[in-house]
Amino acid sequence: MIRKLPLLNKDNATFWQQGAFNNLMIHHCASCQQYFHPPAPVCFHCLSEDVMPKKTSGKGTVASFTINHQKWQPDLEVPYIVAIIELTDQKGLRFVSNIVEINPDEVFIGMPVSVIFEEIDDIWLPLFKKEA
Amino acid sequence: MFNKKNAAKSVAITGVGQSEVGRPSAKTAMQLTIDACKQALNDAGLSRDDIDGIACWPGDNNNGDAFSPVGPSALISALGLKVNWYGGGYEGPGPLAGIINGAMAIDSGLCKHVLVFRTITEASKRQTDKTSSALTNKTVGRDSSFSWQWYTPFNVLSGINLMAMYAQRHFHEFGTTSEQLGQIPVTCRNNAQLNPNAVFNNKPMTLDDYLASRYISTPLRLLDCDVHCDASTVIILSRADIAKDMPNKPIHIESMGAALHQSWSWDQINLTGMATIDAANMMWQGTDLKPSDVGTAQLYDGFSILTLIWMESLGFCSLGEGGAFIEGGQRIARDGIIPINTNGGQLSAGRTHGLGYVHEACTQLWGRAGARQVKDHQVSIAAAGGGPLAGCLLLSRDI
Ligand SMILES: [Zn+2]
Repeated sequence: MIRKLPLLNKDNATFWQQGAFNNLMIHHCASCQQYFHPPAPVCFHCLSEDVMPKKTSGKGTVASFTINHQKWQPDLEVPYIVAIIELTDQKGLRFVSNIVEINPDEVFIGMPVSVIFEEIDDIWLPLFKKEA
Repeated sequence: MFNKKNAAKSVAITGVGQSEVGRPSAKTAMQLTIDACKQALNDAGLSRDDIDGIACWPGDNNNGDAFSPVGPSALISALGLKVNWYGGGYEGPGPLAGIINGAMAIDSGLCKHVLVFRTITEASKRQTDKTSSALTNKTVGRDSSFSWQWYTPFNVLSGINLMAMYAQRHFHEFGTTSEQLGQIPVTCRNNAQLNPNAVFNNKPMTLDDYLASRYISTPLRLLDCDVHCDASTVIILSRADIAKDMPNKPIHIESMGAALHQSWSWDQINLTGMATIDAANMMWQGTDLKPSDVGTAQLYDGFSILTLIWMESLGFCSLGEGGAFIEGGQRIARDGIIPINTNGGQLSAGRTHGLGYVHEACTQLWGRAGARQVKDHQVSIAAAGGGPLAGCLLLSRDI
């Protein structure tokens, strides 16, 4: 699957690269003990700058999903599943990813998932599969 | 708490204009814009020299992109305007941000008459490049944008992927069905049959046609998506004390909604309320009027699910009950409790992207809508946006 990759910087690099060590890292605040995403040098909950990436469980549930059927680009392989994953580590801690290794018809909201990483160049994309 | 004496009340809409709506148009983006400007100036009884402000959303991005090929700078130059203030830019509360900014410029005393415009030429662009609107084209090389870098690596290549997930969640939480949601495109298409300028005039469509249309991104289908066009729309805002002596009955901006009280995010906001819920709440806090006072609601339909969420957020029905409310389509038809998108909306009249809703609200309030005119009314709503983008206007015509 062709993918556009993100431009790395000091804030986002751990999210995009720590998959090399099988870690899903999300920024965490030492002051209020909450995760926040996207990564930034300040915690949007409490404005503390005592923040750093912290390993999560890599487990979550499907908050919503869609099966994309449209070939937006000629070399795009369809269908594929886009989903909003809510990590079990904290309520409301959500981001978009893909669900892979499943028949699209079998995906449902609330489905438990766990992270796997797809390596492309210097990026380890966090994708999700149905939890066994 | 929000102050009821907000900037909106000192501002009125005094004229509107719209170019041809082509799919595509043979005219250039600037020609479409000039056509709409001249029509609006004539409608308001103003000359070029009366205009002392220009507002636009999003305006030019220094690249002439078909999404917004003409910005304030180009228009000031073309019309030889002398302005006290002008502004554009994507980062605002959705496609009505030009109106909201223009109203603030008048209320602050910077301007007397602000020309607000929006030009789009996506239909022409698609003749040569069908992938032109892909989100991956917003940046060259690796994705460096604040927002899209979190979506494009997962092949979220169109906003529909995000809107489809709002729809899926709405279906899941509230039992909303495709048969219910389909009433929005069907209602818009019905209305477009009475609008000779609509892209899909003379192209009727049934609920069965809708249900047979192919999926783009489940549960949304081709007929849940608006139709690209080439067009320009202009709204003239005037200081209320001047407006009362102008040719048209002033349409006062009774209240505006522009709030965002959640993350600027497509996935961490309320998935079934989005920012629309914040904007709508703010708008109602600024007025004593109620949803039952509203004669027509011109609600963003870039994708049909957004119209449904706007209806709920604005209080035409309870949160989560939009599907049941629109079932059968009678309540939102031109003779229903709350007629929506009476010109056909972006789904069937064309993706004029924002100001088309204000244009149609005014057209109806002034009784100029011809065959599609609804019963006489004084109050209307125009609302636009989806995800973290949302802005809405409560409009009230003098008797
Ligand atoms: Zn904190």
